[in-house]
Amino acid sequence: MAVIPVSRKPLTLLERTYLPQIAGGLKTTLKHFFAPKDTMEYPEERPAIPAGYRGVPTLVFDPHGREKCVSCQLCEFVCPPKAIRITPGEIAADAPTAHVEKAPKEFEIDMLRCIYCGLCQEVCPEEAIWLQNVYTTSGYSRAELVNNKQKLYELGGTLPDTHFKWDKKKAAEEGGNAH
Amino acid sequence: MIAPTKPDLVTVNIDGKEIAVPKGTNVIEAARLVGVDVPHYCYHPKLTIVGNCRMCLIEMGMPAVDPATKTPILDPATGKPKINWIPRPQIGCGTNVSPGLHIRTQSPLVKDCREGVMEFLLINHPLDCPICDQAGECKLQEQATGYGRGYSRFVEQKNVKPKRTQLGPRVTLDDERCILCSRCIRFTKEIVKDDVLGFIDRGSHSTLTCYPGKQLANNYSLNTVDICPVGALTSTDFRFKMRVWFLKQTNSIDTESSVGANTVVWSREGTIYRITPRQNDGVNDTWMADSGRERYKQVRAAGRLTTVKVNGNDSSPQIAVNAALHFCKDGGVAVVGSGRSSVEEQWVTKKLADALKATTHLVSRVGPGDGLLVSADRNPNVRGALVTGLIATLPTAKLASLAAAIDAGQIKTVVSVGEDLADAGLTAAQLAKVTIVYLGTHANATSAAAKVVLPTLTVFEKSGTLVNQQFRIQKFTKAVPAPAGATDDLVVLAKLATAAGATVPAAELAAVWKAIATEVPALSTITYANLPETGLLLDATPWAALPFVEGESLHFKPAK
Amino acid sequence: MADFYFHLPALLRFVLQGTAVILVLFPLAAACSMAERKISAWMQNRPGPNRTIAPFLAWIPGMGVLKRLGLFQLAADGGKFTFKEDPVPGHVNKFYFILAPIISMIPALTTVAVVPFGAYVTVIEGQQVLMPIMLAQVDVGLLAVFAVSSLGVYSIILAGWASNSKYPFLGSVRASAQLISYELSMTLSVLPVFLWINAPGGAGTLSLLEVVQMQSGVGLQWDSVWFVFTMPVSAFVFLVALFAETNRQPFDMPESEADLVGGFHTEYGAFKWSLFFVAEYCHMIVGSGVFVLLFLGGWNPLPGLPLHLLADWMHIMDKPLLMGLLGIGIFLGKVAAFIFFFMWVRWTLPRFRYDQVMAIGWKKLLPLAIANLIFYALAIAWIETKA
Repeated sequence: MAVIPVSRKPLTLLERTYLPQIAGGLKTTLKHFFAPKDTMEYPEERPAIPAGYRGVPTLVFDPHGREKCVSCQLCEFVCPPKAIRITPGEIAADAPTAHVEKAPKEFEIDMLRCIYCGLCQEVCPEEAIWLQNVYTTSGYSRAELVNNKQKLYELGGTLPDTHFKWDKKKAAEEGGNAH
Repeated sequence: MIAPTKPDLVTVNIDGKEIAVPKGTNVIEAARLVGVDVPHYCYHPKLTIVGNCRMCLIEMGMPAVDPATKTPILDPATGKPKINWIPRPQIGCGTNVSPGLHIRTQSPLVKDCREGVMEFLLINHPLDCPICDQAGECKLQEQATGYGRGYSRFVEQKNVKPKRTQLGPRVTLDDERCILCSRCIRFTKEIVKDDVLGFIDRGSHSTLTCYPGKQLANNYSLNTVDICPVGALTSTDFRFKMRVWFLKQTNSIDTESSVGANTVVWSREGTIYRITPRQNDGVNDTWMADSGRERYKQVRAAGRLTTVKVNGNDSSPQIAVNAALHFCKDGGVAVVGSGRSSVEEQWVTKKLADALKATTHLVSRVGPGDGLLVSADRNPNVRGALVTGLIATLPTAKLASLAAAIDAGQIKTVVSVGEDLADAGLTAAQLAKVTIVYLGTHANATSAAAKVVLPTLTVFEKSGTLVNQQFRIQKFTKAVPAPAGATDDLVVLAKLATAAGATVPAAELAAVWKAIATEVPALSTITYANLPETGLLLDATPWAALPFVEGESLHFKPAK
Repeated sequence: MADFYFHLPALLRFVLQGTAVILVLFPLAAACSMAERKISAWMQNRPGPNRTIAPFLAWIPGMGVLKRLGLFQLAADGGKFTFKEDPVPGHVNKFYFILAPIISMIPALTTVAVVPFGAYVTVIEGQQVLMPIMLAQVDVGLLAVFAVSSLGVYSIILAGWASNSKYPFLGSVRASAQLISYELSMTLSVLPVFLWINAPGGAGTLSLLEVVQMQSGVGLQWDSVWFVFTMPVSAFVFLVALFAETNRQPFDMPESEADLVGGFHTEYGAFKWSLFFVAEYCHMIVGSGVFVLLFLGGWNPLPGLPLHLLADWMHIMDKPLLMGLLGIGIFLGKVAAFIFFFMWVRWTLPRFRYDQVMAIGWKKLLPLAIANLIFYALAIAWIETKA
């Protein structure tokens, strides 16, 4: 490969005094001096949360109030910092959602470990865990920063569902699906 | 020793690779030998072949032979023998190899067949994977990924079947997931000879069920869960407890009897969740008894000893060892060893007994054998005590000789290695007459009466070896960490023996085995590290005359 | 009141005057640190410190504006510096380590003694005489400023050496070399000013008051033009040297946090560190004052419009207090503008490399100052002889 020597253009005398450049710099900073400020004054002003924002992971109910999580523990498995800890449990046979069979007995996310990567949401086969728009967590102790199941559902609330997979399943069960 | 007969070998060609396999091998096993996986559901090497899942379809053919000359016809293009391929696929499990057999497992036809079979199997299979306990070790999942078409064309409603049928006290059936492979039916019929399972109804209504009025209640019912390729049969105990991909597998030995079934202990973060059998064709094939699977519960059972006690007060191990030696210094000591201890522990126990000039005893446990995988001798390691020389004869019932010696006043101190003396046959009066030093895992009448209590470990918390009824020495490995406060039996025994004046190597398996190899002729070539996972048969002739209590069981015939 | 004051014993009067100047200068220096933070923030499109307020003041209307200006941040910082733990590392030479920040304050506060910062008219023996407002009216004037302020480098050298640590030491070595280099050009650059104000044959003076007087002409005449217009090169060289002397960006070599952690004050914290800072700002204030006196007409509001003319228009010629305040106000306004310029430059220019600093000082600025001196010596001689 040929080497192409590129010579730098020699500086003019004026440039070598630095003075025009200094003057230009002073002009620039003075412009910014009077420009409107870019800083967001946080607690009073809040940023607009864009769609798809990855905030604190939460658990959600479906529109019929059923907890969506079936404690498959895939999120616990995929979680890179091992922040999730699930104790699986069985739904009682006389419960209205008995056909789902499984639900978490306890579900803990250690927010001191969570890295907000969103893999749990991505891996969830039931669309039960969502990183929503809460981005502030604080507490005075380590224990406070472990979100338990109740806290996770409080943060998560209800999200719309497009599948109603388990409702269809229940309907099929009640219909008996004769063929 | 009888030299194994050389099997007749048959050369077959699988996907272009020639391999010589024993006559009578089926195509699935032959393919496994060349590293080719032929997917299957209903086929199980230890069960009869039914060929009803159709997943193992392969293409086969034979070299063409000129009818006139009886010589192979060569393909003019390649110069190799011409193969006459059978136009229809065959099942691999039901096809035994024959000389010159050619097999194709990757052809477009085979792939098509597999896709078709998978599609039919998945038509009515529920999308339960998130809640299914089989997920992660499910053949249907694996093969749908490996051989399925990847999407479903089935738009109709899936069949609905009962989800929580209790087949027996330990087995729950999810009928929707069943793919009708009939492995469980064949297992109960052929292995356990308890023919309670069967299919009823036809077509997609077919349902696995128990014979009316009967239950899948035999002591081997959980093996049906193990062999179920999908999540239809589930263990009621393990159901919804933990996903299998979190569990650490540790090889262990079933200690419920002298059969010594090979097992895998599944644990996560120090908690054991289940025990399953490990294949050892010389001992337990791929089975184990339900009773052995529950033994992990002793780890967290109530009454677990975790504090060293001297005269009923909390103490430290060193003080307790000194106190124990203090009780033993006047002589009149009896050491009650255990047929549940490992070979290493029994050897150190013998060293301790020799140093204390103590008589040695072993507790006898005899129950009915079931002829399969639970033998009459419920101690897993009586033969280990014989090999290491802890005892010379088989133990007698109810510790008769020890009881007599106590009554005669010859015994002042009894060192019990994990044995409940009251349960073994000594009366409360006899216990009260002697000073007891107790090494054990759980609280009982003996630990209550003992002056010195040293907490030790269960089989799941330590490593060691056991000698089973075949004189097969097998090793088990530590699966979970010991609870705080309890010490490895080997460490405690070594401390006692050293304090008593015996020369005992460091309480660490490699060192102990070095010493055992020099002192015990039968074990001279063995180290813990080089012991194969399937165990090693020892020469049983020195003890051939002893009246062992075991009857015939799987892979074992009594000597007489 | 004025009478009472002038009848006090001279010694007490000087002590009172000195205390008053220090009491003004010290908080002014502290306020400069606040101004630095706000100006840097505004130049970076930030609001800067705007949250601090004493809770018991919050109810007063208008406090919000002061809060947003960061005024209370100053008090909070001061409180923090005063009360936080003042660590003395184990490896330092304790005596000199503690001495250094004290020494840094001495030249900073002493130089102000000879700097006039206003003037008033008084009648002495029936004649109106313009009296400067300054602590010590000495003839050596500027020479005293130069002499004392260059002592400031000793505190930096002492701090770097006493810290017994490599970065502070490097910082102090740089400081000494840099100050010596630029002092030369600085002194040479002001000589033309004094060549001009000292008539040949007369008694020579270095008084800054005289310099201001020479810029106090009314209307269009030689006396009314500020020296920055007649001697721009002198002003420029003095300005650059002033930046270097006060260790301000882009000549921030002794501190140079990019390569020397914190430079000479790396090992310092809390109150001692704040003394260094106050001293630096005092230097800046005094330096700005001297520049204003030398080249920007001192307390005269505009070229051709001297203070006494303005005072005459406002009819306060006979009120020394008001006229003095007016003069001080104009002077301080110029100084404040100049300090803003200091900060403006700091937040615009990057720091020079050390070798560049030396090259500029010796190879550019010094020849320029000498050439300038020769040029003005000849020019003044020609003007004088012609006159």
